[in-house]
Amino acid sequence: MRRALLIWLALAAAALAAFALALASGSARLPPLDLLQALLSPGDSIAGEIVTRLRLPRALAAFAVGGLLALAGALMQVLLRNPLADPYVLGLSGGAAVGALGAMLAGLGALAVDFAASAGALLAIALVFAFARGDLARRQVFGALDASPRLLLTGVIMAAGWGALITLMLTLAPEARLRGMLFWLMGDLNGVESWAPALLALVAVLALSYPSARELNVLLRGEVLAHALGVRVAPLRRKVYVLASVATAFAVTTAGAIGFVGLVVPHALRLALGNDQRMLLPASALAGGTLLLLADTAARSLLAPQQLPVGIITALIGVPAFMFLLTRRPGKAAA
Amino acid sequence: MSAPLLEAQDLLLRVDGRTLVRGMNFRLNAGEVWCLLGPNGAGKSTFLHTAVGLREPQGGVLRLAGRETAEWPPAEAARQRCFLPQNFHDAFSASVMECVLLGRHPHFSRWQWEGEDEYELALAALQAVDLAGFEQRDVLTLSGGERQRAALAALFVQDAPLLLLDEPVSHLDLHHQVLVLQHLVELARYQAKGVMFTVHDLDLAARFASHALLLTPQATVLQGPVDAVMTESALCGAFGHRVERVQAAGRTLFVPD
Repeated sequence: MRRALLIWLALAAAALAAFALALASGSARLPPLDLLQALLSPGDSIAGEIVTRLRLPRALAAFAVGGLLALAGALMQVLLRNPLADPYVLGLSGGAAVGALGAMLAGLGALAVDFAASAGALLAIALVFAFARGDLARRQVFGALDASPRLLLTGVIMAAGWGALITLMLTLAPEARLRGMLFWLMGDLNGVESWAPALLALVAVLALSYPSARELNVLLRGEVLAHALGVRVAPLRRKVYVLASVATAFAVTTAGAIGFVGLVVPHALRLALGNDQRMLLPASALAGGTLLLLADTAARSLLAPQQLPVGIITALIGVPAFMFLLTRRPGKAAA
Repeated sequence: MSAPLLEAQDLLLRVDGRTLVRGMNFRLNAGEVWCLLGPNGAGKSTFLHTAVGLREPQGGVLRLAGRETAEWPPAEAARQRCFLPQNFHDAFSASVMECVLLGRHPHFSRWQWEGEDEYELALAALQAVDLAGFEQRDVLTLSGGERQRAALAALFVQDAPLLLLDEPVSHLDLHHQVLVLQHLVELARYQAKGVMFTVHDLDLAARFASHALLLTPQATVLQGPVDAVMTESALCGAFGHRVERVQAAGRTLFVPD
């Protein structure tokens, strides 16, 4: 308990530092004092305008999306009992992408794209739920069979189907729309204005999943064992699926399919700090938010004034980090 | 007299249309140690899963402490009986201590975190399975037998009146087989627990169990005190293999043909 509090405090401090860095960096140089003044009394000054209208909303959106993705990843890894699961593994980002790209293809505005993305995400959630009904909705655990591999297989097949649709749309898209579509697919926080829904979703999903955190620890050891220890396995798995899906849907609708945050953050925290979900769920939210905030700050300052899709940065950090964790594992097991 | 810890009345178990158990009747009381015997596929695990509430019987009744298994709320059932599954695989690393502490889950309120008392219990349980000093080891680095003993320690801290164990000693070496079964017998004798375990070693079964439940491929069930059930003819009929029962070193031993 004390250890968990210390971890959360340290991560919260890191998050604050990342916010300070994000608000201070950009084409207009703002000394720390001006920055503080701009935050406390925005008034009519240009500095206040830049900080509160441009940088702060984007920073909040980045933090919320990163937190949602890491939290969803942590939950998915428990649900599927697979350390390599991520928020997109069940095809949710594919559904959202098909919706969003379809709206772009039709030449609709940003609001319609967001709406189509959430509709696609909902459809993907519903489809997996319908096909994996036997695993997620049944009342009892029958026999000793572990249901998670079948759920995983259902999701992976769905994701492959969405992938084909995405490629089809990219093939058919006119040149002028292609750039926007690619940015959406890589994940991009440029021009994001609405941070409130994602931040509210982050708080809500964390608040709803946290009371079940110790039950998740038990579920992680297997369904039969969880049942033997008095956990209502089927309702718990449904709850985890819905919460992880909702978190992912809000993240994807806000900023597109940003990769690797949801995979690497919970995984790295598990390796570094242990696998107690009571500590891990809040820690994932904080660390995921911090990581994406830093990545987004880099995405808009590295090649300024050119802006990179933040998904490229997270992937460039994520791939080597993940390879490191993967190759480290067997060594650790042998020690 | 209180209700038996586990009681079957005319129990019928069927899996995919195959009848595994027909007309099972027995009463397991506090202080008794039952071995559950039978050839592969006879329904030993299926029966234990039914007792744990993972599946429902197709006929008859199975009562846990006087109440049908299906009627128990999961959390209450977990304080009444505990279960060691035959196989488990760990996908994530965790320390042995964390795994053992999970056994206390049914006794915690929602917001409670482990305290000194739980650590004491877990250390004592690890001591009982000869894993003292393993608290911080990663379960993924344990051998099969060590992993099985860690799971047994988790079972002991769950501290339920009825212990159901599916092959608790299958991965253990000679010394630890005896150690674990001896501990189960002591739990029954000194803490009035009820124990039922499956085992394929007939010598160990006869040595440590007070009662036996013998399942046969014909779905019939023999039950009673060990000496009455484990006869040459009954074992031969159940396993389809001749077995000779001999006395040596003051024990009953079974020599397969």
